Amino acid sequence: MITLNVNGKEQQLDVSDDMPILWALRDVMHLTGTKFGCGMAQCGACTVHVDGQPTRACITPVSAAVGKKIVTIEDVQNDKVGQAVQAAWSEIDVVQCGYCQSGQIMAATALLTTNQTPTDADIDAAMSGNICRCGTYPRIRAAIHAAATKLA
Amino acid sequence: MNSPLNISRRTFLKASALVVGGLVIAFSIPTAKRFLMPGAAQDNAGAAAPKFPEPNAFLRIGTDNTITVMLAHSEMGQSIWTTLPMLIAEELDADWSKIKVEHAAAAPAYIHTAYGIQITGGSSTTWSEFDRYRQAGALTRLLLIGAAAEKLGVAAESLKTENGFVISGDTKVSYGELTEIAAKLETPKAVVLKDPKDWKVIGKATKRLDGPEKINGTAVFGQDIHFDGLMTAMVARSPVFGGTVKSFDASATKQIKGVRNVVQVPTGVAVIADHYWAAKQGRDALKVEWDLGPNANLDSAVMLTEYRALATKPGLVAAQLGDSKTELPKAAKSIEAEYALPYLAHSPMEPLNCSVRIDKDACEIWTGTQMQGTDQQAAAKILGLKPEQVKIHTLFLGGGFGRRANPAADFVSEAVQVAKAAGVPVKTVWSREDDVHGGYYRPMYLHQAKVGVSADGSPVAWEHVTVGQSIMLGTPFEAFMIKNGVDATSVEGIADSPYLKSIPNYHVSLHTVKASIPVLWWRSVGHSHSAFVMESLIDELAHAANKDPLDYRRELLKGHPRHLAALNLAAEKAEWGKPLPKGVYRGIAVHESFGSFVAQVAEVSVNQGEVKVHRMVCAIDCGLAVNPDSLKAQMESSISFGLGAAMQSEITFKEGKVQQSNFHDYLVLRMKDMPKVDVHIVPSTEKMGGVGEPGLPPVAPAVTNAIFAATGKRIRQLPIGNQLA
Repeated sequence: MITLNVNGKEQQLDVSDDMPILWALRDVMHLTGTKFGCGMAQCGACTVHVDGQPTRACITPVSAAVGKKIVTIEDVQNDKVGQAVQAAWSEIDVVQCGYCQSGQIMAATALLTTNQTPTDADIDAAMSGNICRCGTYPRIRAAIHAAATKLA
Repeated sequence: MNSPLNISRRTFLKASALVVGGLVIAFSIPTAKRFLMPGAAQDNAGAAAPKFPEPNAFLRIGTDNTITVMLAHSEMGQSIWTTLPMLIAEELDADWSKIKVEHAAAAPAYIHTAYGIQITGGSSTTWSEFDRYRQAGALTRLLLIGAAAEKLGVAAESLKTENGFVISGDTKVSYGELTEIAAKLETPKAVVLKDPKDWKVIGKATKRLDGPEKINGTAVFGQDIHFDGLMTAMVARSPVFGGTVKSFDASATKQIKGVRNVVQVPTGVAVIADHYWAAKQGRDALKVEWDLGPNANLDSAVMLTEYRALATKPGLVAAQLGDSKTELPKAAKSIEAEYALPYLAHSPMEPLNCSVRIDKDACEIWTGTQMQGTDQQAAAKILGLKPEQVKIHTLFLGGGFGRRANPAADFVSEAVQVAKAAGVPVKTVWSREDDVHGGYYRPMYLHQAKVGVSADGSPVAWEHVTVGQSIMLGTPFEAFMIKNGVDATSVEGIADSPYLKSIPNYHVSLHTVKASIPVLWWRSVGHSHSAFVMESLIDELAHAANKDPLDYRRELLKGHPRHLAALNLAAEKAEWGKPLPKGVYRGIAVHESFGSFVAQVAEVSVNQGEVKVHRMVCAIDCGLAVNPDSLKAQMESSISFGLGAAMQSEITFKEGKVQQSNFHDYLVLRMKDMPKVDVHIVPSTEKMGGVGEPGLPPVAPAVTNAIFAATGKRIRQLPIGNQLA
């Protein structure tokens, strides 16, 4: 048994230590907002926050998150920055197929938490690990700037 | 546009009993026969009144005033989840805040109005449903007015509708209050659609209805399905196409905690487990001995050499006029060029997956698919069921781009085989590597062209040979898409090029290569290669003639006003001809596909071999733009998808195996490489075209033409990769 703190709740899971956080969330806890895209930290669809750090859940074992706080897309609206990011996503109508957007929102929230006034270069650096095959990149960029303005 | 449509009794059925306390509108319109698949329902209406299965309906009004719109097509990012409801809401005078949307089941009522099967593809959803969904709204409105007239004891003619209410003077009755009476009314015999000048919804930029759930993580994709007893499977497949299992040893696999079963299926060996992680570990531990079959030496570099040899001879004629063979040598000058494009994977963000539950005389399938009817038939065949015994639940598609519309129903068939062999409900999940290795690629193509030009630089004779695999061969579409051996999709954009129409002599031919690599339509199908070749060649001709590429195109496209309108708008908005910052150069391209006309100007710089695309200016004439904002989003999307492919994507084969495996080596566009995109819509009342794909074809040539302007180097092979290094 392993104890994880997910979205503010302690959960006991009967999983092996090496199970990536992604599969503990999706297949054991049925929190399916966090997505599987590549399994090797190449696409960012699985991005969650572990103690506030944007983390690729598909390669991070549950053992690495013991004693830490995991926050997923399901709970990010309870974060002031997360809320602003989601509001900006809505305002700019960013999404298309939507599959990568949980990861994009988690990555953008992490960026704006540490950098309240990101430049385009900052956005490139923080967001280029998150692939969107629908190409919502221009709107993601615009939404991050919009959220930054709102948070200022 | 203001046309009364006669709807016969049998084609417009109400099925109010199917939903308690609500009104269900079910009707269907005979399918156009021009593009019917063999074996597809010849006429939805049928000779006798069809027994519509639940939920054969386009909309449902609840007593709580909700209006649920049933989508005959799949939402995969293109925003039809919003666009089709807009059509109904317009005619119904619905309260937009009360609209809900569901994917329809696989059923005859949802057969494509032009294609004859249930399919989302060909950038066709909006134009093909423009009448049907508006009619559904208009008919429902008439029924509600009739119900209000009865309830209030007034003449129907005295009533009007607005925002979800029928209004009689100062009295307002909500649609929800009228459903029970409406359900009992005689069906209207005809309907008059609104005059476009009265539209309040159509043509207005409208926010996506699926936005909120895709922002808060609650949107349900195929991958997200879970119910008690559902296991996860991963299949070990042959590393070479056409390979088969000789033997396998699952002893180590069965030691993995959470692995429940290992079964052989036609496509390989399936590991059934409690969850993905156990299934993956189990599959990693599986030892399979493969008979690699006849393709163990497959090599795409060798194939390209073979293609080149084939291209020296003309293939089967796709289009011909005059006598290019005689006229070419007489031309003042001639240009010869060879172009090549690689195999490409669709790699949608959501890896393929499909959940299947088989019961006695029934099967339920949960997946993201673009071809429900085909999948339903494939599943039924495997299980010995009737198609109607197979229920397909379409979930949001985490991208499709053509991969989830497979006439071979590959991932659905395999998942059914796995569930059948395992004897339990199973979700078969592909890893990203499985997806990249899994075939159904955009085919590799090679083109050779010889163009003779007159003294003033105008083309006078054009010989063009295309070599590649056929997408349609061996599919149910073969009968009407392959004529005289020529797959129309292999030569679309060439054989019907507007440029050729300005030339007195041309000969376009095709060598269809029979290779064992599974191929499929990839966003924009044949146009994904033909536009690159044609728009590059035209640029070569313009340069050879020492003419401005824009002026040169304008001259040749004189008789093509929609091409010209897009071209001129893009050029104007890009300020073609005005100086750019130092080191930045422009390229232009225009192409028609799926009934729409798109021109793009790329602004590009090349520094030490590295290409940077700064901005793409895009103009489109698609006829009426039902939702201008989702149209813009589709242009942004196509530019991203097309640019990533042009810059870096390729699938290659060595010793039978695909050399790429995941996003570290199958490279796609990322944020840092996304240019600024400006989209401009040509105001147009011309025939409606599509928007999901037409933005893609001009991307690669606009960029490579800009690269030529910047460096003098003509890119004739994609991806661009490090050719400039």
